[in-house]
Amino acid sequence: MPAPGKLRDLIRTIRAARTAADERSVISKECASIRDSFREEDNDFRCRNVAKLLYIHMLGYPAHFGQLECLKLIASPKFTDKRIGYLGAMLLLDERQDVHLLVTNSLKNDLSHTNQFVVGLALCSLGNICSQEMSRDLAGEVEKLLKSTNSYLRKKAALCAVRIVRKVPELMEVFVPTTRSLLTERNHGVLVCGVSLVTEMCRVNPETLSHFRRHVPTLVKTLKNLVMSGYSPEHDVSGISDPFIQVKVLRLLRMLGKDEESVSEQMNDVLAQVATNTETSKNVGNAILYETVLTIMDTKSESGLRVLAINILGRFLLNNDKNIRYVALNTLLKTVHADYNAVQRHRTTILDCLKDPDISIRRRAMELSFALINASNIRGMMKELLTFLVKTDVEFKSYVTSNIFLAAEKHSPNKRWHIDTMMKVLTTAGNFVRDDTVPSLIHLVSTSSELQGYAVQRLFKAMQNDISQQPLVQVGSWCCGEYGDQLFVESEEDEALNLTENDVLDVLESILYSTHSTPTTKEYALTAVMKLSTRFTVTMERIKNIINQFEVNMDVELQQRGVEFGSLFKNHDSMRSALLEKMPVMESKLAPEPVTNGEVSTQPTPPTQPVIETKEVVVEQKPPKQASETLLDLLGGGSQPEPTLAPVQPPAPAASSGGDLLDLLGGLDLGSTNAGPPPMNMMAPSPAVPNLLDGGGLLNPAGGGMQAPLQMNHEQIAPQNQNQDFSSGFPSMTAFENNGLKVTFAFDKAPGNHVVSIMVTATNSLAIPMTDFVFQAAVPKTFQLQLQSPSGNIVPPNNSGTVNQEVKVANPQQQPLRMRLKLMYKVNGAPVNEQGEVNSFPPGL
Amino acid sequence: MLKFLLLVNKQGHTRVSQYYEHMELEERTNMEAEITRKCLARSDDQCPFMEFKNFKVIYRRYASLLFIVGVDSDENELSILEFIHNLVETLDRYFSSVIMFNLDKVHMILDEMIMNGQIVETNKNRILAPISVLDEKPTS
Repeated sequence: MPAPGKLRDLIRTIRAARTAADERSVISKECASIRDSFREEDNDFRCRNVAKLLYIHMLGYPAHFGQLECLKLIASPKFTDKRIGYLGAMLLLDERQDVHLLVTNSLKNDLSHTNQFVVGLALCSLGNICSQEMSRDLAGEVEKLLKSTNSYLRKKAALCAVRIVRKVPELMEVFVPTTRSLLTERNHGVLVCGVSLVTEMCRVNPETLSHFRRHVPTLVKTLKNLVMSGYSPEHDVSGISDPFIQVKVLRLLRMLGKDEESVSEQMNDVLAQVATNTETSKNVGNAILYETVLTIMDTKSESGLRVLAINILGRFLLNNDKNIRYVALNTLLKTVHADYNAVQRHRTTILDCLKDPDISIRRRAMELSFALINASNIRGMMKELLTFLVKTDVEFKSYVTSNIFLAAEKHSPNKRWHIDTMMKVLTTAGNFVRDDTVPSLIHLVSTSSELQGYAVQRLFKAMQNDISQQPLVQVGSWCCGEYGDQLFVESEEDEALNLTENDVLDVLESILYSTHSTPTTKEYALTAVMKLSTRFTVTMERIKNIINQFEVNMDVELQQRGVEFGSLFKNHDSMRSALLEKMPVMESKLAPEPVTNGEVSTQPTPPTQPVIETKEVVVEQKPPKQASETLLDLLGGGSQPEPTLAPVQPPAPAASSGGDLLDLLGGLDLGSTNAGPPPMNMMAPSPAVPNLLDGGGLLNPAGGGMQAPLQMNHEQIAPQNQNQDFSSGFPSMTAFENNGLKVTFAFDKAPGNHVVSIMVTATNSLAIPMTDFVFQAAVPKTFQLQLQSPSGNIVPPNNSGTVNQEVKVANPQQQPLRMRLKLMYKVNGAPVNEQGEVNSFPPGL
Repeated sequence: MLKFLLLVNKQGHTRVSQYYEHMELEERTNMEAEITRKCLARSDDQCPFMEFKNFKVIYRRYASLLFIVGVDSDENELSILEFIHNLVETLDRYFSSVIMFNLDKVHMILDEMIMNGQIVETNKNRILAPISVLDEKPTS
């Protein structure tokens, strides 16, 4: 067999390969010849072949067949062979046991070799690939080498110990006695490895923290020496003596001083020294300062020191180096909750970072800016953020808009400002807002009666300029429909709009026929036109015309509205004005009582109830029904609707609200023969058919929020449900906890009743909100389960709020309850699906 | 702790790779390609720090070579940058020109500097001592 080519030649050939296919064929050919050579037990070229294999491995091709050859090289007496053998072992060996067993013996021999470089090689490989078994077998050898006088071996042995401690924590005690001498070591290599070892021990077993706290004075002294020593040629990095050790020591001090007043006190001096004496013109100095700041923030440092630390970060923000600005913002983000006021002082600098050329810096500045908003600075901050919103990257827009809304909701100085802000957002980045913005702005306008005129005029003006921003147009249409009469009232500060009824209809009509408009937007607009028929006087004919045109619209929903509205004109003109009354003021979506359909009460709907309220009940039933549909999915179709649970209307899984509306109009049309609108029958189930007359504020069942109309109705049906509390005899429990999401159950059960109410509360401990949150549950077939609509679909970050949802479980056979959970949400836009099972319900449920 | 170290050229070809945490071959190649692509796509006015999955990636460019290091999320970015520079200086001192064909020597230097994801030694003389012993051997 000819001598195999050199590695150098192989590399040349591979680099010369033009295509990936060429490269693959070169490599497979080479691998074949390497295998042949291995089979022939060719000792002379084994080393070369393994070296080639390592190159091939690096390129991402499988090279595991070389593992045994590596072991043979390791066993060879030649240093050059051993070197490549160990290198190959480090790169090729995986955690497979049988190979590891073989290598253990060679390692054991080499660890007691007389040549320090052989021992060094063995230690290095052990440190990189040590498994649990190897840890147990070789810990003794490593410990022996840790006590050696040779610093070359001691430093490597220390890092081997790091690996062993991580793999088998109980072996820690073998190494604890030697740590003291490692920490007082003068050789920097040994010291840095010793510090790593102690850090790892503290991390693996927090109980050792108390043991190592007695070494704090030693560490402090080491650090002090490094800071004050001046120039040390051996470990100098641009004028700073061994920054790597400084960083490591600072980090260890941070672990030791965490939550320990007395330990932190011992560090105050040295931290202050490092913070003031470190030269900051170069990156190195800033690396140390950065680590110092982190240590100061994380330990119980004195307040002066904390202020100093925040000021260092403030200086960082002004630094020319973008990397330093980046770490500063990152650190401020971490500490903003602990040192809120200190961070506030750097607000203007942070706002300046919103204009930084680096996108990652902008992102952090943006997050930090939102964290800094409070009631006293909101006007100024919002101005900056609105400017930022105009110019910012598309990917940030939805984050910015939703956070502006959150901040405005929490801190707005007055309602007028709040409405203005929301409108500004809608006009600048309207198409980037989340779905729940529309109902929440509508809610805001509807609850501030004194500003309705102002709002509708502003909105109308905005719509006159631009009808392409859908959410704006939706809110605008809704308001025009509700408060159209106030469009013509002269307001004191704005110049009068001087509108005529026809101007308003012009805009609405252009929305109805615009190509920008989504079907939903058109639905809003059409309802608005209809509502205006009782508010406008001279344009009745035009309104009728518009409505008539929609009786034959291609869109099923619009057509339905057209037909229904038309029939109101034709057959029920007397009821029209009552039906098109202004919507009642909606209660806050934060109302504690979740939507119930009155299902626990067995009272049927009073027949004398006013029509409009029946209508709301009917439409409101969508969310629970959707929930039962998904449930049906979860159970594989096994759940049967429990008739006693829903007396108002048994949840028919496939029914669309179109069907409900048919019922409704059927009721309206009693006795009239010509009116039953035929297109109804071909109605396809439409997922989110909005409320017929209140302008679709309830468009998105999961979007949550506008459930108040039902509540009003609900009061009449079952007032006893209103003050249901969940503090009955059963303890609440945590049903699910993972990745920051925590779901707890609180129970309520009336004695003798077999229906349990479970209040599901979801919280989020991450720093970012979870959006599109959906909770689903399934129970065995002997149970019946009903999910009410949730209080929202966004779980706010940092446990700052909750999503509540009530679940009712009927347990007629009194069996122990089990439940399977499915949780879906999005973090930063990335969907997360979680499943869980709850078997530990309190007994007696 | 360091998770891995990559040397990649401008075309995105890996020149040296060393992992300090076990990773399956396929996963490794995919991740390498993705990180390299992202690093190469970034412009000079962006920070050389990236968050990638659950760890941080720090890179530094030297002529046509990109040094990419993956670290735990609590690692000090600035000091890693400094460490990369230290590594480059060391390599520069040992290799007068191309390091390409001396993969094993590069690994040897790396092993003297990093072990198990921790820094072992940053003094260049001490790092290079064992390798120069090896180099002298054949001649003596």
